[in-house]
Amino acid sequence: MTTTAQPATSEFGRARKRKEDARLITGRTRWTDNITLPGMLHLAMVRSPFASATITGIDIEAAKQLPGVIAVYTGADLDAEQSGLPCVFPINADATPPRHVSIASDTVRFAGEIVVVVVARSAAAAKDAADAIQVDYDPLEPVLDMAAALTDSTVVHPDYGSNKWAFFSLDSAAADTGGNADEAIAAAEADPDSIVVKRRFRQQRLIPAFMEPRSIVVDPTGEQLTMWSSTQVPHIVKTMTALCLGLPEHKIRVIAPDVGGGFGGKLQVIPEEFLSVLVARRIGKPVKWTETRSESMVSGHHGRDQIQDITIAAKKDGMVTALKGELTADMGAYLGLLSPACPPFGGFILPAIYKIPAYKFTCTDVFTNKTWTDAYRGAGRPEATFAIERIMDELAVELGRDPLELREQNWIQNDEFPYTNAAGLIYDSGNYEAATARAKELFDYDGLRAEQRRRREVNDSLQLGIGISTYTEVCGLAPSRLLGALGASAGGWEHASIRMLATGKVEVVTGTSPHGQGHETAWSQLIAHKLGVPFEDVEVLHGDTQSSSKGLDTYGSRSLVVGGIAVVNAADKVIEKARKVAAHLLECSEQDLQFHSGKFIIKGTDRSTTIQEVAFATFTSHNFPEGMEPSLDSDATFDPENFSFPHGTHFCAAEVDTETGWVKIRSYVCVDDVGTVVNPLIVEGQIHGGLAQGIAQALFEEAVHDENGTLVTGTLADYLVPSAADLPSFTTDRTVTPATSNPLGVKGVGEAGTIASTPAVVNAVLDAVRHLGVTNIDMPCSPQRVWRAVQSARGAVKSTSEHATEAAAGGGLGSIDAQQGGAE
Amino acid sequence: MEERRINVVVNEEPKSVDVEPRLLLAHFLREVLGLTGTHIGCDTTNCGVCTVLVDGLPMKSCTMFAVMVDGKSVTTVEGLGLPSELHPIQEGFREEHGLQCGFCTPGMMMASKALLEENPNPTEEDIRWGLSGNLCRCTGYQNIVKSVLWAAEKLRSEAGAISR
Repeated sequence: MTTTAQPATSEFGRARKRKEDARLITGRTRWTDNITLPGMLHLAMVRSPFASATITGIDIEAAKQLPGVIAVYTGADLDAEQSGLPCVFPINADATPPRHVSIASDTVRFAGEIVVVVVARSAAAAKDAADAIQVDYDPLEPVLDMAAALTDSTVVHPDYGSNKWAFFSLDSAAADTGGNADEAIAAAEADPDSIVVKRRFRQQRLIPAFMEPRSIVVDPTGEQLTMWSSTQVPHIVKTMTALCLGLPEHKIRVIAPDVGGGFGGKLQVIPEEFLSVLVARRIGKPVKWTETRSESMVSGHHGRDQIQDITIAAKKDGMVTALKGELTADMGAYLGLLSPACPPFGGFILPAIYKIPAYKFTCTDVFTNKTWTDAYRGAGRPEATFAIERIMDELAVELGRDPLELREQNWIQNDEFPYTNAAGLIYDSGNYEAATARAKELFDYDGLRAEQRRRREVNDSLQLGIGISTYTEVCGLAPSRLLGALGASAGGWEHASIRMLATGKVEVVTGTSPHGQGHETAWSQLIAHKLGVPFEDVEVLHGDTQSSSKGLDTYGSRSLVVGGIAVVNAADKVIEKARKVAAHLLECSEQDLQFHSGKFIIKGTDRSTTIQEVAFATFTSHNFPEGMEPSLDSDATFDPENFSFPHGTHFCAAEVDTETGWVKIRSYVCVDDVGTVVNPLIVEGQIHGGLAQGIAQALFEEAVHDENGTLVTGTLADYLVPSAADLPSFTTDRTVTPATSNPLGVKGVGEAGTIASTPAVVNAVLDAVRHLGVTNIDMPCSPQRVWRAVQSARGAVKSTSEHATEAAAGGGLGSIDAQQGGAE
Repeated sequence: MEERRINVVVNEEPKSVDVEPRLLLAHFLREVLGLTGTHIGCDTTNCGVCTVLVDGLPMKSCTMFAVMVDGKSVTTVEGLGLPSELHPIQEGFREEHGLQCGFCTPGMMMASKALLEENPNPTEEDIRWGLSGNLCRCTGYQNIVKSVLWAAEKLRSEAGAISR
């Protein structure tokens, strides 16, 4: 059932202005880099400029003599203590991940790997000393290309012996969720009434590019070691520091203070965290490390970087009969926290909103000598969504069908939910018809198609394209038992506790760790909604393992659908305790009490007591129910039974200047269904930001390495994070189909915009120039690539699609392209 | 390195400080004066999170030396408005949800201030181009544009009230 109604309280569904903003707009923030402790020392890292090399010598003597330098450590100094960085989701059950060192001792495996740590009295002195260190390398041939990596002619980790780390597969025939995809494709190839379409898509490498560079402060001087870190995952960092470095867990406190964005890029346990701990403990003084942007670009994990071979079979009437996705995914040089699992995760959602009778997915994770990859906004699902939404357009082209009609013919209808997709996921709810109908209305689909025809007829240099993405995604990480079945070494629950203070104010402790999402506001609304206390009377505590002792942090669009449910479940427990106290105070039975808007009322009377009065009576406990402990405080740990499945319909109208290759998004309309909504202002903001990042993948961003493995897009001058002038205004709306898998009916929203938008934009660009003979343009669809594609279709230059697997410089607007300079 | 004395007015307070010639203005504000509302996000003048006003003009303080503001006046986010008395631009960002993580926000607001002083009645397009030197990774910019339009309207109505 899709409705536009929301639960009827003044708080749930209200566009509250954010509590967080007061400090953020006045500069009264506490970023990690703002923290200064007495006697604090500063770290600087010396990093390898080579992608693959043997370290033959390190001369630290000159650096040690510089003023302000306290110590200089090489891998040899720290190796015995550094253990390895964790990978908690290896996918490969047959092997131990290659040791992921924080500091290299004899071999470097990517350009940017740390080889020396300098400790000095100031950040500037540390930097000066780092520049004075001489490291000698014996360069080796790097493995940079995935195709080359698969041959194993040179291996990144000789001890492991192959560049192929994990092979993951899903098969609907084996899982009994459908037929045999290989057989169905073979049958379609032999059937004149069927069609088989195969395409190779390239998911370029991206850089999360959060605005706040990462920063760490470690204070070893107390009984507990305290770490402040610009991280999404303080709880995970604490547990992993204990497990990996062998420190007692109860002697570690991790604090994520104000954190300036993450997008998955701060969902990591990083070398610099471990090195800061090791160095601070050795020296016995607080240390700080704050990265430069260039350090961030080379050493913070990257995202995406896949080659996708997609095959779809259908009857000529448009009914899809089989889908196969074969992925090769670049892990880079090491496995991070979740690296091997991100690409396979997409395999579960590749069938998307469609009824796929036979499905097969395979993914090979490979090592190369590049920065390691891991979660970036969407982590596996943007790639999968791109693949399915692109191949549906390709199928429509081959069949001569309207791409929207073809989607409608194959999608799961509203009366078919719950629906088990071909990969075995159970979609609890959805209404693709409603979202699409609303989006069509807002977009003027038919009017734009008419304009497109007119422009084609007159052969206008400015062509119009329409791109569609009717996506669903899987988020709300995650049911613990499913994670366990997939080989993860952690669960997916979330925790919350509520402290009822004597004066009726409320402290909510959450295990989620916001870094821009507005949990302080939204969780306050949840509590005001449940307990009937004023919004202003709620304080949300987060991001400090001392106050928030239990949690699994923020990523995977999980905070509301898992952490928020823990908050409301804890509130229910508070109400049940308070009901006992209220009945005692009002001298009635609990059954006679009704709780509404913060008041316990004896049904049919005007006698009542407020939750604040109950809180104070509990504080004094002078007159308290027999046998009940004097506390209303409650906690809850929520482990979801299922994921959450937001969906929606996105339309992009793009103008392509066929003379220059310039792409302009003329309009972008999206109607998303993220279930019931706590704060529509925050939800809309999440969608906007998500769209910007998805559009950026389509048009602007690409991490490019040269033939030596050097990142040549290592600054924000080369890596094109879009500005306000590069993006349009979006038209957003929502349908509301409540999730049935949680008591609030909410679904995740953090990644939806990113997941949905990339294929909508690329489909629009191709749609604009398809009639000229263009069949593919690799992302990002820069003016130069688009121009080349048009020229190539006109027979003027060599096709860009012949370079489908190559990441070429010049992906972005500001880069210089070697090929364009005539190097081909 | 030999230090140099600079005299600078920061948020209307005169300061006289000895600094290393190589000290960046952003570091001077953050580390010497403790004005941590100005952030540092890149080293190449691209992101704009370090934007402050120098004699009323928007400047990226990560690419200026502190000695370059000798004899000048600098305004940072701390000088824009107080928590108890917000500047209309700060109000606009709160009202229109113009920030998420908030890291770009001080620079974005300072650039907005300069923009609105030059053009009190900007179009959406004017704002998008006017703020194109400031990057935000969270908002997709739409609400930032709305925030600046909100502030422009309030500033115009305040100016109108004064002139009447």
